[in-house]
Amino acid sequence: MNRKTLAAGTAAALVLAAAGGAKAEDLTLCWAAWDPANALVELSKDFTAQSGIGMKFEFVPWTNFADRMLNELNSGGKLCDLMIGDSQWIGAGAESGHYVKLNDFFDANGIKMSDFVAATVTGYSEWPKGTPNYWALPAFGDVVGWTYRKDWFERPDIQAAFKEKTGRDLTPPQTFPELKEIAEFFQGREIDGKTVYGASIYTERGSEGITMGVMDVLYSYGFKYENPEKPYDMQGYVNSPGAVEGLEFYKSLYDCCTAPGASNTYMGEGIDAYKSGQVALQMNFAFTWPGFESDPNVGGGKTGYLVNPAGPTGERFAQLGGQGISVVSYSEKQDAALQYIKWFAQPEVQQKWWSMGGFSCLRSVVEDPAFAASQPYAQTFLDSMAIVKDFWAEPAYATLLQDAQKRFHDYVVAGNGTAQEALDGLVEDWTVTFEDEGKL
Amino acid sequence: MPDTPMDRLARATPQQLSRRVRGLSDRAIAWVFVAPTILLLLAINIFPLIWTIRLSFTNYAANKPNAEVKWVGLRNYQRILTDPDIWATMQATAHFLIWTIVFQVILGFGLAWLINRKFKGNDLLTTLIVLPMMLSPAVVGNFWTFLYEPQIGLFNYAVEALTGIPASSFTMLGSVPLAPWAIVIVDTWMWTPFVMLICLAGLRSIPDYIYEAAEVDRASKWRQFWTMTVPMVLPFLMLAVLFRGIENFKMFDLVVQLTGGGPGDTTLLTSIELKREAFEKWRTGYSSAYAIILFVTVFGLASIYVKALNKVKDR
Repeated sequence: MNRKTLAAGTAAALVLAAAGGAKAEDLTLCWAAWDPANALVELSKDFTAQSGIGMKFEFVPWTNFADRMLNELNSGGKLCDLMIGDSQWIGAGAESGHYVKLNDFFDANGIKMSDFVAATVTGYSEWPKGTPNYWALPAFGDVVGWTYRKDWFERPDIQAAFKEKTGRDLTPPQTFPELKEIAEFFQGREIDGKTVYGASIYTERGSEGITMGVMDVLYSYGFKYENPEKPYDMQGYVNSPGAVEGLEFYKSLYDCCTAPGASNTYMGEGIDAYKSGQVALQMNFAFTWPGFESDPNVGGGKTGYLVNPAGPTGERFAQLGGQGISVVSYSEKQDAALQYIKWFAQPEVQQKWWSMGGFSCLRSVVEDPAFAASQPYAQTFLDSMAIVKDFWAEPAYATLLQDAQKRFHDYVVAGNGTAQEALDGLVEDWTVTFEDEGKL
Repeated sequence: MPDTPMDRLARATPQQLSRRVRGLSDRAIAWVFVAPTILLLLAINIFPLIWTIRLSFTNYAANKPNAEVKWVGLRNYQRILTDPDIWATMQATAHFLIWTIVFQVILGFGLAWLINRKFKGNDLLTTLIVLPMMLSPAVVGNFWTFLYEPQIGLFNYAVEALTGIPASSFTMLGSVPLAPWAIVIVDTWMWTPFVMLICLAGLRSIPDYIYEAAEVDRASKWRQFWTMTVPMVLPFLMLAVLFRGIENFKMFDLVVQLTGGGPGDTTLLTSIELKREAFEKWRTGYSSAYAIILFVTVFGLASIYVKALNKVKDR
């Protein structure tokens, strides 16, 4: 090797070493693989431009997201510096030491939780719930709502047929019985030469699908997780008469008004059913809404958005989705990760986040007078976020969730037993879990 | 005499080392070679087994490394053996296991019998038949989910064409009575070729002269089949059953893709339930006990079966 070659080689090695050094500062953000994550990749380019810190992303499909990421956290893995974990993970994240507590950081950087929508702070950040202990910054607001085929609802022939059948005008449903009546009307109806069905609802067995769907209805029928006066006292709350009625309603909706074969459907299947014009109504998380607006089949004013309907007593709640962003305690780049959170919390970044399809939780964004008119679904999102309830966020949430999956699917889809038996069984299962946890 | 490379190597070898190697007995040399394998087996098979047995008597949860681990005695075993849900998963597994083996043996043997005859296109047909088992189970599961779709799936349309039952009036994967059969059909479609190949090997191992002698003795085809073909292919068939039994006992991906264990728990096999307990609910002690129970069951059944297989082979 001559001297020139040696010098060039050494220079190249130094450049690579320097590049390697810069790479070492890259942050890895872990989240689910879905449209909002792609928007975050774009948004984060601004962070890199400002800070010089590169961003890498580890996205996992929703069906494997919990398995993959909770294994990562439980094993103390260093893959993720930042984690946008599901809202139910907060309890385990805090108690098992997976997440860095952010109170001091928030105080030092002037980040106030009162600047965020209260429900998202409770749902995505706090543990124990109702206490000012913060383990995440609300990152992506989400809630279960409904979409309906506005173009079908507005057709005079369909309106007349509905009026003839039910005696009332075809308007977006405000209560669950109204929703069912509309779904029954559309079930098996021929529209533009194609047979359509009433509604797409969650029935998936493997992960969390049917639980999210059933709970979305049960809350408005009077279901409560526990006695407000006595923690973990579930008898008469989980299996209250209202909850039983709500579960019976969900089964009746599944039986009467879903498409044939819709026995294992969750977010993706719901999107497909709605976009392909198979159903008139669709239950799904709000994150799906921007995608409908840009779709040629259901976009451009063909879709209407609905807040979850009210139950028989007028009570109205909706299942919370969405996530907060946390710093993983096993990360060796916690300072840089905190820098990202500080950047992400800025109002102008949150405004841009919303404009790119990310559902901001910052009040200054969602309470802006222009917000409601900024997208066709913006007002519905806002109204929905005001009535949210979330599944258990206990460290044992996965066990509690699996028990619910089993009981709900067994009754709603498989048709085994009664709603009362399903909920009584759920109380038994959850009691055993809390006993094992030492909480009962 | 010229110096050979071996001579040079012999001279180069230090005296002390060669003496040491020469001093080893055959048994010692055997141990030197076998020891790494034994150590590896101990590390990756025996140690985890012993550790799992130990964990099965505790309340250990792998997602809570700092929590106190309590000795709970036989509580995990007692809970499992008295849990009707666990027995239901065992029943679902047994249903899947028995029917897939029955269908695969009958169809696999039948196909092997046909393929064994010499006809034009024999090789092409064999290749086409074995194609399904070359696919990934996850892909097969996804593929059959579409085939079973009541509105667009070919399966339902085929049933409609054959029986007149409207395609969209039944759902294979969402119906309690049909879902177990839906997964049996897919597994049979996928793995019958495997049984066929083993049976084919058995059929081709029977020498032609035996049949020629039987022809001379004027034995009927039926008698040749029952008294010669079946007994001679039986060890192969039993081997196929053993392989398929072991594979299907741990069946996971195909069923998860098709039904996720549903509707309800109708197709929840033991492997899926075990995975949920161990890696979703994180009841490590409990799932260890569950794994030990399954291990003992499979080990016991396999031992009895292998004894029977050896008897048949020795006949």
